[in-house]
Amino acid sequence: MKNNNEQQNNNKERNNERPQEKNEFVRSVAEKMYEFGFTTDVHTEIIDKGLNEDVVRLISQKKGEPEWLLQFRLDAYRYWLTQQQPEWGHVHLPEIDYQAISYYADPTAKSKKGPETVDEIDPELMKTFDKLGIPLEERLALSGTAVDAVMDSVSVKTTFKEKLSEKGIIFCSISEAVKQYPDLVRQYLGTVVPPRDNYFAALNSAVFSDGSFVYIPKNTRCPMELSTYFRINARNTGQFERTLIVCDEGSYVSYLEGCTAPMRDENQLHAAIVEIVINDHAEVKYSTVQNWYPGDAEGKGGVLNLVTKRGDLRGVNSKLSWTQVETGSAITWKYPSCVLRGDNSQAEFYSVAVTNNHQEADTGTKMIHLGKNTRSTIISKGISAGYSENSYRGLVRVGKQADGARNYSSCDSLLLGSNCGAHTFPYMDIHNNTATVEHEATTSKINEDQLFYCNQRGISTEEAVGLIVNGYAKDVINKLPMEFAVEAQKLLNVSLEGSVG
Amino acid sequence: MLQIKNLHAKVGDKEILKGINLTINDGEIHAVMGTNGAGKSTLSNVIVGNPNYEVTEGSILFNGQDLLQMSPEERAQAGVFLSFQAPVEIPGVSMTNFMRAAVNARRQALGKEPLKSTDFLKLMREKRKLVEIDQKLMNRSVNEGFSGGERKRNEIFQMAMLDPTFCILDETDSGLDVDALRIVADGFNKLRTAETSAIVITHYQRLLDYIRPDFVHVLIDGRIVKEGTADLARQIEETGFDWIKEELV
Repeated sequence: MKNNNEQQNNNKERNNERPQEKNEFVRSVAEKMYEFGFTTDVHTEIIDKGLNEDVVRLISQKKGEPEWLLQFRLDAYRYWLTQQQPEWGHVHLPEIDYQAISYYADPTAKSKKGPETVDEIDPELMKTFDKLGIPLEERLALSGTAVDAVMDSVSVKTTFKEKLSEKGIIFCSISEAVKQYPDLVRQYLGTVVPPRDNYFAALNSAVFSDGSFVYIPKNTRCPMELSTYFRINARNTGQFERTLIVCDEGSYVSYLEGCTAPMRDENQLHAAIVEIVINDHAEVKYSTVQNWYPGDAEGKGGVLNLVTKRGDLRGVNSKLSWTQVETGSAITWKYPSCVLRGDNSQAEFYSVAVTNNHQEADTGTKMIHLGKNTRSTIISKGISAGYSENSYRGLVRVGKQADGARNYSSCDSLLLGSNCGAHTFPYMDIHNNTATVEHEATTSKINEDQLFYCNQRGISTEEAVGLIVNGYAKDVINKLPMEFAVEAQKLLNVSLEGSVG
Repeated sequence: MLQIKNLHAKVGDKEILKGINLTINDGEIHAVMGTNGAGKSTLSNVIVGNPNYEVTEGSILFNGQDLLQMSPEERAQAGVFLSFQAPVEIPGVSMTNFMRAAVNARRQALGKEPLKSTDFLKLMREKRKLVEIDQKLMNRSVNEGFSGGERKRNEIFQMAMLDPTFCILDETDSGLDVDALRIVADGFNKLRTAETSAIVITHYQRLLDYIRPDFVHVLIDGRIVKEGTADLARQIEETGFDWIKEELV
């Protein structure tokens, strides 16, 4: 049984004229929107622009990698050369000139070995992360959160490493893991997202720079939230994040990811891979608040966020939940997925994607049911404003052996204004007739009458939009860890400020 | 309380109000009656600042303040309340969160601290009893799945929560059966203080049996053409508007 089903709700009236903002206040709010758009003036070692085998070798050499990893990169690079940029997404991905990008930028280059203690980190870098609300001094940290702070291609600092290692937990940058725990990295790297998975995965596998490595040993409940904060700073560089999380039998970890970038007129490329391995009876919660620079109100600049994230639920009774709040990036192309291999494994995907101005997002998930009695839940909330395009794209596949598999999907779209688009592309591919698959979808719109009703009760338009949007997104926001949930709520309001004139 | 002088207003290109003069003193109830399309709802929308209506001439003073210079939310915060003819649904926003935002916006404008959660919930309970509105409606989104009668009752409930000094009841009686009408009108009467003023817009005498107007104005073609006391409303109920129109010719 195969059932491909496409629904579209396009609410776009093609207007070339941009309607005048109704008042100065709305315009001023819209313009101050992105508060992380500053740049850091720090000495950064950047390799020459361009991509070829020598560049791949140079990156590997700079990181002091073993031969097998260089081969891994070169194989990926050679495969990538034979591939074409995919065009199936409902986004207008610009032609990317891969020769105009620098593939390695190191803002910590001053100290040769890389900083070991806070004292050795350039104060400008410390200040940057402070400004972003991510203090790198452990005594200032948010309670119960360890951070790996990555700027451009390099991890600046990982906090609470020692404390976690007491429990046998490894939390460090992937570059360091390659040196310290080469066997562990080699055992898992590329096993969830193979280098030949897709065009951007191949590119990432060839030139990946930094990201986090997490290993939770058997029967260990990670006592802190682990988080990675990604920051793009240098001009004309790509960031190729690589994160690998391995959660061994009977263990648990909650992992958070945050991202920002300066405001620049040209697009910046962020092509990431996140791989998660979950063994028997283990559970991973992965939460993302993605706030890359979305470009200006006219659609100039912004981050191209092209990401492959996948979890492999190898063990019986394993659990994975992806929660994402996506408000940034000019273009988002991202499908955090789950392979439910172990019997009785359970996967969840909770997503709020907000697009405003000229942003485009094509995001969703894949749930691949292979084990028996596997369960998955998909809750997706798309919010489109301005001239943006917001698409949900999801695949539910049930394999021949997956007796008793169940999926429930619910995809809602909320439109603000009449120049934006919301689209739903749910695919189902079911090969076992004991499977139960449900899909629901709704589209709604905030209209002027609703806003005026709020105004007449003394509630300002901005606050009214916030109430409506937060009410709409609350099922997803509630899944985030506490501090993140508060941040996410604020971010939703800020992202949509000025979207209703 | 409210002074309307030579008020002209249009929707799109169409002039609806053609010079309204109306003065409402503290504590007075004014009924506005008139045929369909005479401008009754336009008048209420203009007073609360609906952006779809454009004032082309004239002034409205509210306790000495120039109402037309205030945003809709400022007018509401100052104590102007409209019971909508057709209240809209706001999916995803619970009645509780909605009321909390509204009550605290009004308190902030009055220089008061936001209400503590326990006090707020107590206030909700109190006012709910007053207008006999079901608790289970409070757990739903604003007006979502409410019947016509429940929506009207919900308007009066919100009025109770916000404690306005000037209210407009825009055809609050339409769509209500006799029992619901009595409950809504009783609710309003209980909420009234000696200072509360109101405009009651209606087609029917029925509502005015419960909410006794001090003055009755007849609105035809964008102008107030006849004014009187409660007797005028009864006269209209019996004989319609035609005799008034004939007087005009």
